[in-house]
Amino acid sequence: MKIQYHKSDNTIAAISTAQSPGAIGIVRISGPEAHEIADRVFTSAHGKTISGQRGYTALYGKVHDQNGEIDEAIALNFRAPASFTGEDVVELSCHGGVYVTRHLLKAVLEAGAVPAGPGEFTRRAFLNGKMGLTEAESVMQMIGAQGEQAAKTALAGQGGVLERRIHAVRDLLVSTAAHLSAWADYPDDDIPQVTPEELKISLGKAHSELETMLREFEAGQALREGVDTVIAGRPNAGKSTLMNLLAGCERSIVTQYAGTTRDIVEDTVFLSGIPLHLADTAGLHPTDDPVESIGVGRAFQRIHSAQLVFAVFDGSQELGEDDFNLIQKVHGTPCVAIVNKSDLPKKIDLQYIKDRFRHFVILSATTGKGLDKLRKEVADVLETANLDPSQGILFTERQRDTARRALECVKEAQDALKCGMTFDAITVSIEGAVSALLELTGERVTETVVDSVFHHFCVGK
Amino acid sequence: MNYQAGKIDVAVIGAGHAGIEASLAAARLGCKTVVFTINLDAVGNCPCNPSIGGTAKGHLVREIDALGGEMGRTTDECFLQSRMLNRGKGPAVHSLRMQIDRREYSKIMKRKLERQPNLLLKQAEVVAITRGEEGRWNVETRFGAVFEARAVIFATGTYLSGKIFVGEVSYESGPDGMFPAAFLSESLRKLGIRLRRFKTGTPARVLRSSIDFTNLEVQKGDDPVIPFSYDTLVPGKNRAVCYVSWTNEQTKKIILNNLQRSQLFTGGITGIGPRYCPSIETKIIRFADKKRHQLFIEPCGLDTEEMYLQGMSTSLPEEVQIAFYHTIPGLEHVELMRTAYAIEYDCADPQQLNATLEFKDYPGLYGAGQFNGSSGYEEAAAQGFVAGVNAALKILGREPMILSRSSSYIGTLVDDLITKGTEEPYRMMTSRSEYRLVLRQDNADERLTPIGRKIGLISDDRWIRFLKKEEQKKKELARAENTVLPPSKELNGLLVSRETTPVSTGVKLAELIRRPELDYAVLKQVDKARPDISDAVFENVEIALKYEGYIRRQKAQIEEMKRMEGRLLPKDIDYTKIIGLRKEAQEKLAKIRPANIGQASRISGVSPADISVLLIWLEKGRTEK
Repeated sequence: MKIQYHKSDNTIAAISTAQSPGAIGIVRISGPEAHEIADRVFTSAHGKTISGQRGYTALYGKVHDQNGEIDEAIALNFRAPASFTGEDVVELSCHGGVYVTRHLLKAVLEAGAVPAGPGEFTRRAFLNGKMGLTEAESVMQMIGAQGEQAAKTALAGQGGVLERRIHAVRDLLVSTAAHLSAWADYPDDDIPQVTPEELKISLGKAHSELETMLREFEAGQALREGVDTVIAGRPNAGKSTLMNLLAGCERSIVTQYAGTTRDIVEDTVFLSGIPLHLADTAGLHPTDDPVESIGVGRAFQRIHSAQLVFAVFDGSQELGEDDFNLIQKVHGTPCVAIVNKSDLPKKIDLQYIKDRFRHFVILSATTGKGLDKLRKEVADVLETANLDPSQGILFTERQRDTARRALECVKEAQDALKCGMTFDAITVSIEGAVSALLELTGERVTETVVDSVFHHFCVGK
Repeated sequence: MNYQAGKIDVAVIGAGHAGIEASLAAARLGCKTVVFTINLDAVGNCPCNPSIGGTAKGHLVREIDALGGEMGRTTDECFLQSRMLNRGKGPAVHSLRMQIDRREYSKIMKRKLERQPNLLLKQAEVVAITRGEEGRWNVETRFGAVFEARAVIFATGTYLSGKIFVGEVSYESGPDGMFPAAFLSESLRKLGIRLRRFKTGTPARVLRSSIDFTNLEVQKGDDPVIPFSYDTLVPGKNRAVCYVSWTNEQTKKIILNNLQRSQLFTGGITGIGPRYCPSIETKIIRFADKKRHQLFIEPCGLDTEEMYLQGMSTSLPEEVQIAFYHTIPGLEHVELMRTAYAIEYDCADPQQLNATLEFKDYPGLYGAGQFNGSSGYEEAAAQGFVAGVNAALKILGREPMILSRSSSYIGTLVDDLITKGTEEPYRMMTSRSEYRLVLRQDNADERLTPIGRKIGLISDDRWIRFLKKEEQKKKELARAENTVLPPSKELNGLLVSRETTPVSTGVKLAELIRRPELDYAVLKQVDKARPDISDAVFENVEIALKYEGYIRRQKAQIEEMKRMEGRLLPKDIDYTKIIGLRKEAQEKLAKIRPANIGQASRISGVSPADISVLLIWLEKGRTEK
């Protein structure tokens, strides 16, 4: 069991704004390494580090993970004890939207923070004398209540399916650890030898199941929280018409004049059961209009941080510079190419689009023809096509974190096995994985393994 | 009719493996100690298997020895065969086990107790413990002697209200035909100590000359012999062998046909038996599809014809025992000398104890061994040592010796018993320790001898040897890290022959040792400047290098646990008054009264959220003051 306790032991992080589409999303980091961790994900526009700043200062810059930029952000810097928790605190504010904020939190966790427990910011605030006794007692009640709830419902939220799934991986690892233990603890008993091949198979199974669960967490998040989707394309390609088609109402101002949409228009629509947080962007083209050019700049930024892009092309026109520009910009972002205006005579070089996009749809935003194909392509690109939520998927950041730790331990065991480490060392890694999974179910490793030894092996004299 | 027999410091009830370590430790620390046994011929008796050590148990013996206990030395003096188990499975699970001459073991231990200053070994049955003056305890014997003791250590083994079962026959008895301690349970209940009933069993002893060894597999000892004790500078030689045989379908049939004659299945035996030490009938039922079960035929000593049938304990009637033993190859005409039996006994719920093995509610009373719900000679000796040392340290007004889980298997054993309790006789296993790669049998001295020295149980001579060894380890580790071997033909030839990548530039000796394919022994020919030090030092350095990453990580976990254990919980907390604690947690915490947050976190039923609440409560108390 891993217990987060008291201020100086670790650095925690969580999203501290409501997890719904909003103007601003904040990830709060608190603890001894808050500044260092923030510096790992934040690069200021002027080359300054957060660690190098005094308290009560702000820096403007960009947040990123290992794969690149996530968003623009403001880093607010607090120094212990002058902060909400009384510890070193950094608050990273980025553009609202659940996806971007989540993405940032993930980056922060990868940079060394651990997910904050229930009421943990408040608890730390109390421990550091930032909060009175009455307040603290209510926090204690809250923690207690959450503990009770956690103990009772653990993972039953999804009808216990997730629990069963985690148990399946756990059981696989436990029986492997038990076999190793029985084999080590009862050398004179008639215990079948543990072979590297057997270990390799079990670890491989656990590895792939954990990996699947983590992948599904991302896809599942798409189902639960929606996907930040950007509609991009050259002016008058039909972006706003598409948005209206999807939204089923007149949301963007649709005119025949290019450049009508100057800012980003947001709406949430459901496509194949997936909530898409649609952002209709200004047409992407060089412009002298200062207002419009801000819109264009933002549109590119949004493409970069989007979880899904609808790249809209006008099928009745030949491909132009703006289109090539867009094709280049969306590279590396999950994307569906939409060749619009299929109701008009076709002039576009369809092969060119086909060669560059794995997912593409020929559609008429005006008539709605091709919408079914779009649904299918969206599900494919988000990997929700094969995802059945009733099969149980990881739900919270904490669950994801434990699953990821379990996976790391399994990988470590696989590496150790590969390079010929003795089995006692491999057992330690396997038990690390079991321990991570048991954190979710509230059991303890050694008892679980010992029980399993007696259950499965006839040992003893 | 009672008479005052005098004032003493420590009374130890029982002279088995727990009682021996407890009384020797207390007496050696200068306490006036009396150890009571129901029969002077049963001091250090081994009523079950004639062997000491085994997986995790071997670790315990090494640790007792590293702290200054007796078990390892005595085993080295009378062993018949020695084996390092689990070679090839990794250093964490290497475990030493020795077959012993059980009468010889008993004789040596009795002699050591007799010769120990401050110690009186006495044959007497203790019948009552009552409160005396000034926190003392009155220890009353069957013959009316009343000793006033400042500390009492219960090391009663299976004697406490012992009852033997052989088929339909049952009677009150201690082990090996000894008298039971028939009255003490009642006295303990009167005091308010919670007792429970456990069960164990032992197989038959058979006549050597009635065994046909022709087709039996022989199991030999190791050469060279590695001793248990760091005091044994010249280890003895193997003097006997063991044999292996198997049960078969016929054995199974006879046992299954007679199950109704075992009180284990008819309800006569209510005590809880150990899962890891099941009777043969239990094994056959629980693992019905297993066609055969292994057994070991082991000598009980050099001057006896008795042989022990390891793995064949049973509570079936004697005639059934004879019938099924006769189905086993080699035992077709075997003659039983001692019949196998099951034995039930009283023991205490160990959750009543704290980490010094003193009763939380009865200062001055201590428990050790089977009395605390454990099983095994080694587990008993380890607890006896802890109880004896702590009883003495308390009397001397010194700091207690509390061994953490991260320091030793002994600490793990004690913590498991007092924190988690046990629902069956508790046996030590390597899988019980989360710090296995740090708590190895090869480094028990490094972990514990400084503690033993501080307590005062390590002689000057031993201490000097220890310091020298530690110095050698340090030097050798530095040498391995600083020695660069050139990419010679000889080196690369060796590397290729071991199927590992040859080198093109100079390479550190340490780097080579870290390779799984290589070790000190293999590298001897190319490591020309190797100093003349013991194999034990090389072994230790090799493990330190090979498992560096794992050891570092386990040490980090240990540090984390130490911080939690540094947050002490006052003894008098009213857990029902703490807002936010769940009811189950309140009850468990109130029952176990953990000494610190670390221990609290290991109690089943106490969640991380409860720990958060406790931390806040602790902090609140601090800020209020």
